[in-house]
Amino acid sequence: MTEEELRQRVAVAKKFMGALPFCHALDMRIDEAGISEAVMSMPYDPQIVGDPETGVVHGGAVSALMDTCCGFAVNLHPECVGATATIDLRMDYMRPARPEERIFAKAHVYKATRTVAFVRAIAYEDDPENPVATATGAFVFNKSSKAGKDKSADKSGAAA
Amino acid sequence: MNKPESLQAVKQRRDGVLTALVDSIPYIKFMNISFDRRGDELTAIMQFEHKLIGNPTIPAIHGGATASFLETAALIELAWQRAWTAMEDDKLDADDVTAAGYLRLPKTIDFTVDYLRSGLPRDCYARARVNRSGRRYASVHVEAWQDNRARLFAQATGHFLMPRLDTVG
Repeated sequence: MTEEELRQRVAVAKKFMGALPFCHALDMRIDEAGISEAVMSMPYDPQIVGDPETGVVHGGAVSALMDTCCGFAVNLHPECVGATATIDLRMDYMRPARPEERIFAKAHVYKATRTVAFVRAIAYEDDPENPVATATGAFVFNKSSKAGKDKSADKSGAAA
Repeated sequence: MNKPESLQAVKQRRDGVLTALVDSIPYIKFMNISFDRRGDELTAIMQFEHKLIGNPTIPAIHGGATASFLETAALIELAWQRAWTAMEDDKLDADDVTAAGYLRLPKTIDFTVDYLRSGLPRDCYARARVNRSGRRYASVHVEAWQDNRARLFAQATGHFLMPRLDTVG
């Protein structure tokens, strides 16, 4: 994917993200977008607290951020055509998120077949090495037919 | 000899404990989730609102909203079952839920959601089943549907760390 293509893809995806009511409700924003990967974040909000005693954000809100970021990363895959949807998503919660702090999610597509994209994500406040939570998921994926031709070309190359 | 408690008193205590449990969590209000109680059985309800939509073209409920709904249903079911046992043993009243630490919710260790079909712009229902509940760890399965109980739109399994209760009495 050329830089221009990536820019266009990011612009389209950003516009789409901005139109998602639930992302808007949680005030999510896109921080970084690259090939098959993305960083998104959401601010701390007393309304999304899950534990009133400690002020820690509800795990569901963190998983919503990771789910969205994973979907965005799928959209940024060079061979992605059309819309995606979550097939399944597993969240592991390592520790409570620090109250009052913005939460980031970083996702990347580590493998995409013709029909499925496999994605990993981490959630953190400032250090990706110290995650609040991680996620692994499978997403609906339509590989562009152009990519299919490339693949057969690769195969003949390998056989030769 | 003690007179058996009136039906109204029993109902009031049970509803009071459930309300105290649910109302303490801001995110439950944010998500517009409520609980319907029949005896000890709970059904979680997420009333549809425009803000829950994730994909406006279909339109479908956001996967994150569905995950939040299922996780909440699982957490409340776990806390409720513990509170229920304490209530039946006469150890708990609506007024002292806070004191006894019943509002301390279990902590999610992991949670896996299967998205079976897209969530339509309708109300959602969920019921959780505690498959194992030890002193420290619990395993819970949740099913969610919309119009038709037999057509689940999502299901989930999760593991939870149970909080310690302050010993009462």
